[in-house]
Amino acid sequence: MSDYTKPTNESEFEKNFEQIKPLMNSTQAYYESSRCLFCYDAPCVNACPTRIDIPLFIRQINSGNLTGSAKTIYESNYFGYACGKVCPTDVLCEGACVYNLQEVKPIEIGRLQSFATSTAISESKKLFIPGKSNGKKVAIIGAGPAGISCACELRMMGYDAVIFEAREKPSGLTVYGVAPYKITNKEALDEMDYLQGQFGFEIHFESGIYKKEDFIRLEKEFDAVFIGTGLGKTNSLNISGMNLENCFGAVEFIAELKIHQHNVKVGNKVIVLGGGNTAMDAASESARMGAEKVILAYRRSNEEKGAYEFEYDLAKSAGVKGMFNVSPVEITGKDKVEGVKFIRTRTENGKVINIIGTEFTEPCDMVIVATGQSKQEELLSNVSGIKFDLKGRLVVDPENYQTPNPKYFSAGDIISGGQEVVNAAADAKKAARGIDRYLKNKS
Amino acid sequence: MPDISVNFAGIRSPNPFWLASAPPTNSGYQIMKAFDAGWGGAVWKTLGVPIVNVSSRYGSVNYRNTRMMGFNNIELITDRPLKDNLREIEEVKKYFPDHAVIASLMVETREQWHQIVKDAENAGADGLELNFGCPHGMCERGMGSAVGQEPEVLKLIVSWVKEVATKPVIVKLTPNISDITDAAIAARQGGGDAISLINTIQSIVGVDIDNFVAYPVVDGKSTNGGYCGPAVKPIALNMLKNCAQHPDVNLPISGIGGIENWKDAVEFILLGASTVQVCTAVMHYGFGIIREMIPGLENYMTEKGFNTIDEMKGKALRNITNWENLNLDYKIIAEINKDKCIGCELCYIACEDGAHQAIGLSDNGTRVPYIIEENCVGCNLCSLVCPVESCITMIRKDDGKKYETWKDRTEAGNIPVTFNDELAGGLHHFVPDPLTALKKNNHGYK
Repeated sequence: MSDYTKPTNESEFEKNFEQIKPLMNSTQAYYESSRCLFCYDAPCVNACPTRIDIPLFIRQINSGNLTGSAKTIYESNYFGYACGKVCPTDVLCEGACVYNLQEVKPIEIGRLQSFATSTAISESKKLFIPGKSNGKKVAIIGAGPAGISCACELRMMGYDAVIFEAREKPSGLTVYGVAPYKITNKEALDEMDYLQGQFGFEIHFESGIYKKEDFIRLEKEFDAVFIGTGLGKTNSLNISGMNLENCFGAVEFIAELKIHQHNVKVGNKVIVLGGGNTAMDAASESARMGAEKVILAYRRSNEEKGAYEFEYDLAKSAGVKGMFNVSPVEITGKDKVEGVKFIRTRTENGKVINIIGTEFTEPCDMVIVATGQSKQEELLSNVSGIKFDLKGRLVVDPENYQTPNPKYFSAGDIISGGQEVVNAAADAKKAARGIDRYLKNKS
Repeated sequence: MPDISVNFAGIRSPNPFWLASAPPTNSGYQIMKAFDAGWGGAVWKTLGVPIVNVSSRYGSVNYRNTRMMGFNNIELITDRPLKDNLREIEEVKKYFPDHAVIASLMVETREQWHQIVKDAENAGADGLELNFGCPHGMCERGMGSAVGQEPEVLKLIVSWVKEVATKPVIVKLTPNISDITDAAIAARQGGGDAISLINTIQSIVGVDIDNFVAYPVVDGKSTNGGYCGPAVKPIALNMLKNCAQHPDVNLPISGIGGIENWKDAVEFILLGASTVQVCTAVMHYGFGIIREMIPGLENYMTEKGFNTIDEMKGKALRNITNWENLNLDYKIIAEINKDKCIGCELCYIACEDGAHQAIGLSDNGTRVPYIIEENCVGCNLCSLVCPVESCITMIRKDDGKKYETWKDRTEAGNIPVTFNDELAGGLHHFVPDPLTALKKNNHGYK
């Protein structure tokens, strides 16, 4: 049974989605920063995809140089505040903290990072001055972590950066995808405003680049194009009933929830199909929206699921029940979803084998499909020379993040197949450097 | 159960824990409360001609998350009329006849000294402590540390006091002096029955970097204060040792300076104190800390087999000697416990940048550093910076058969005497080529 009642207004929504890493106050930050050992060649730094000098920014918090601390963070990661809140720190910096080896609580690096950057954001501290204009322009498709990070880095090198965003708001999945208990939309958007103020990139909202003519225009008007669109829609399952009312894709459900919050209708009995982090989020969020029963159904075993263990723990703590080794056969119902018919499975040599005669139907009034996102197919027909690998990832060279079409660069989920905000922020910075090298060599 | 009661130069006290003359002993109310909590004695806030104080009065040195590691004050002696203090002394003694109430005194003229000594004794004080230590404010008026810094003046004033005193006289010494034993000897020569040390150290605890003034601030201005708290304990212990070892001092000593738990007290006693006085820790945590101190001391004494304070007093003194008497053949080197090591590599960088480049980083994928035995001089630094309990230990490497000191070698003519002497201790010690330093640009992270 879920412990949550359906939220009927914004404050109830916020209560159900209480921040799991709330912003520290200055006393908390002072005491926590005091504990940092200032390790040599610190493992936390090595565990961070953006390689923030963590011992330094923590020491700067402790010595009362918050501005310097924020600068240390932003120099390595333009999503400094958001990453402090949404990064899976248990498996990154905090998981690498040496304190773990003596079973001492690791330093709360994520929360300290958000603390340090929050002051810079709220006081609009000027930390960066964009480079002197070099007259070159780069078009960026997508205002997510990759696109914004790439834009910031390009601005520091003197490029004009113009972002084309399909949606109404920047920050990509930080607003449209990350679970609401990890970061609020206001927090994510405040950081975006701050970055725009610092770096002065241009964003055009509701300006998706889809058609061939759009790409041709960008190629003509800009010296290079960066693709930071992320992944596509939720993959459809090849079973019947997918078109029934109340059957949703997880990515679409979460985006809806993030924007419309308590106004989103969630069923009483929800089945989430999938075993990745997005499935965990969708399940956890359904429970927090007051669903009476939420079942997370995965066709493989608990041990084989792709999600981080702490994400599953979080879902369980919200009341989600896990159901493993069950594969959906059909979504049942007349017009609306009435249940999911499963068959039990076992795994043999990595392959899922259905166990004949074990079909059963689990009733429900809502299904959320979290079985991965599709690739951005339309790119193939619109941009010459680019290609996707067998896993559906856009192919770039690992150093410059350049696609086989030399004018196009890319980073983020579209090249990784779906990773964290921090990975996109790290890779997009490198891509910006790649663009710079390419354009300098060209001229 | 060991007996922790003391007879300090004739002053009896149920235990060696006294409150130092300071804000916590400003009134009978506070001292009654302290005795009720378990304190054995109290030295009353210094009596004299009442003064006028300023606001603010205290400053603190915080070390990371530790508040008041060091503490300083610019408060003066009592600002209350003498008659009020005397009446309260009488009252306290009525309720606590077996506890030690010592009157701290500070006046200027011989007549004033005679008068105040008689007044304090008449009120029931068990002893007198002469405040020759206060290093701020009062010294500008020729009292406090101004007296403590002039052994001849100190001696004279002690002798004035002794002309009329019938109770034991403790002379409180200032650390703001080149050699504290000069003042201690003068105290004895003047007829003092005991000494107490240390008073506070002249200090500036910090500077307000926004307003360009030192702490504590009094309407935009400041002055030096007297420093105390845990930070001063090492200085106090050394001065205590100097007085306790000096054959011409030979007086009971009440130890003061940064004491806040039973262990601190034991350290003072092992270096020759027979009572200890506490102030800053009480100003920080209240009188209740006594409930940790007494059982801690009793437990230690039981475990070590000491029956009385006297049996343990000065036990460590015989092992503190001059540098020239230390064994030059004693060799220890560091050893890292791989199972405990958490891989912070602080030992590595401390040794690499701050000592003898005797610790290397493994290239086998673990973060456990290793000791380069031939470079290790056994300095302890790595074991001191290591954040894990008993992870780095120092292991003896010599066979223990040779014992040769600098003094022995001097007498044998076996010491370096010229600038480039072949006998230089570090002659064969490994030192990296200076230019190799520039190839390492990883100052803290790679």
